[in-house]
Amino acid sequence: MITKESVAHVAGLAKLQFTDEELQHFTGQLDEILNMVDQLSEVDTEDVPVTTQNVVLENVLRADEATMVTPRAELMRNVPTEKDGLIQVPAIIDKEED
Amino acid sequence: MDYYKTDIEQLHSDLVAGKTTSADLTDATFKAIAAKDDDVQAFLALNEETATKDAQDQDAQGIAADATLAGIPVAIKDNIVTKDLTTTAASKMLANFVPIYDATVIERLRQAGMIVVGKTNMDEFAMGSSTENSAFKTTKNAWDHTKVPGGSSGGSAAAVASGEVLVALGSDTGGSIRQPAAFNGIVGFKPTYGRVSRWGLIAFGSSLDAIGTLTRSVRDSAHVMNAIVGADERDTTTVPRAQEDLGAKIGQSIKGMKIALPKEYLGEGVDAGVRERIEAAAEQFRAMGATVETVSLPHTQYAVPTYYIIASSEASSNLQRFDGIRYGFRAKDVQSLESVYVRSRSEGFGDEVKRRIMLGTFSLSAGFYDAYFKKAAQVRTLISRDFEDVFKDYDLVMGPTTPTPAFEVGSKVTDPLTMYMNDILTIPVNLAGLPAASINGGFVDGMPIGLQLIGKAFDEATIYQAAAAFEDANDYKDQTPGGQN
Repeated sequence: MITKESVAHVAGLAKLQFTDEELQHFTGQLDEILNMVDQLSEVDTEDVPVTTQNVVLENVLRADEATMVTPRAELMRNVPTEKDGLIQVPAIIDKEED
Repeated sequence: MDYYKTDIEQLHSDLVAGKTTSADLTDATFKAIAAKDDDVQAFLALNEETATKDAQDQDAQGIAADATLAGIPVAIKDNIVTKDLTTTAASKMLANFVPIYDATVIERLRQAGMIVVGKTNMDEFAMGSSTENSAFKTTKNAWDHTKVPGGSSGGSAAAVASGEVLVALGSDTGGSIRQPAAFNGIVGFKPTYGRVSRWGLIAFGSSLDAIGTLTRSVRDSAHVMNAIVGADERDTTTVPRAQEDLGAKIGQSIKGMKIALPKEYLGEGVDAGVRERIEAAAEQFRAMGATVETVSLPHTQYAVPTYYIIASSEASSNLQRFDGIRYGFRAKDVQSLESVYVRSRSEGFGDEVKRRIMLGTFSLSAGFYDAYFKKAAQVRTLISRDFEDVFKDYDLVMGPTTPTPAFEVGSKVTDPLTMYMNDILTIPVNLAGLPAASINGGFVDGMPIGLQLIGKAFDEATIYQAAAAFEDANDYKDQTPGGQN
């Protein structure tokens, strides 16, 4: 049984915030999903290696050659707000802590 | 021009003979979309101006006799980036995102001369099985507008099945090409993992994602797949191989082919009508000289939980990039950097995406990693071994694509678990990295159902061989929504 507190903790890790009502709702749904997932515990996986990908390639290398990259103006095309050619963001350092 | 009555080879020969032009085909495609899409709602963006110009360019340079795809329109799922053409992944997060480059598959289709006509609707970030998780619109099943088109490539499937376009690209992480193809009575093809570059596919589950085709015919699928396969320096999981024709065995007899039918694929939860169609398909294969025998893939029942842990874990990592800084949605009136992240993500993502980020973050978090992520990654090995054992003795695995035909719009969207169980027959293929197709397996109560064919890694050719034999032996392809000819 996953608690509302642990769901709130996970939300913090994932940089998501929920209202109290949403948190209640997500806790219920995640609990159901985790119950479904818990059937994996009945599978004997003693000495079974993990599979994290199916490709048999190792150490794929390419020549370390300089190439033309995307021009700066193009890279800035989807930036929400910019100033003097830089990406503009809110203050990172809280003034009260100075 | 009627897409129900033609195919790529026919259009190509008409183009070469000068009976039609790429500009005419493109114009007819936009007219078909204009006539049908108010009902079907398959498209999120149209590329009318550029497509028209691209088509004129193709006509001006002439359609070469060996350029099978040149001048033919194609629709693209909206999680595949297209230069200068808005690409949203059906998310508010990317509502205004205009890519500055083409995905490798788009480069290759353009190189082949295909005309990109627009972007198709999908479940947000490809997370869903009904296309109801789109932030923008609800696409309808081509056969019955009260039913879902499946997902997550529901827009691509409905566009092809409605006759708006002949071919479309989709992506398949747990069945997202095959399931909507099944629900719309068309051909969906998911290649072997590593066969097609994922560069420019907006990442969901990177060890599972594959780009493939949605088409009306098996031959059309092979033509388009041949154009997009091959190693790519920008995706180091693509496997270098000598050039090959995936459709090389189309038209060859399947006499002597050994086909496995897993008992778990006709088990509990599979609709009686669906089971009957698949058993009939097995009989047809036998009549053509193949052997079809019952086998067991004993870990099938664990595929859904295994998949939801692995896919969600990978998604939670991949979707960290959406932070409201460099591109994508940024929340208004934010006062600190932390709140840019938190509020942009909380306001920009829909519920299903948040659910999966939460499940994935939980599965990877300290104290739960071994019991969840590691356990799932071990069971994934057992699921792959099930297939390896069967493929020692068989050429193909057959079964239904989905347990039931398309369901009603709104009937499952509020119940994630029921929705997840819909993917039980498609998910094992992604976990094992295998190639698979869904083709029209007949009809149950007027709705199409999917026959799934699964092959050995990099043996797409055998899937196409059996799929074409089945398609040729039946008239399902000639039946169309709104009037079965």
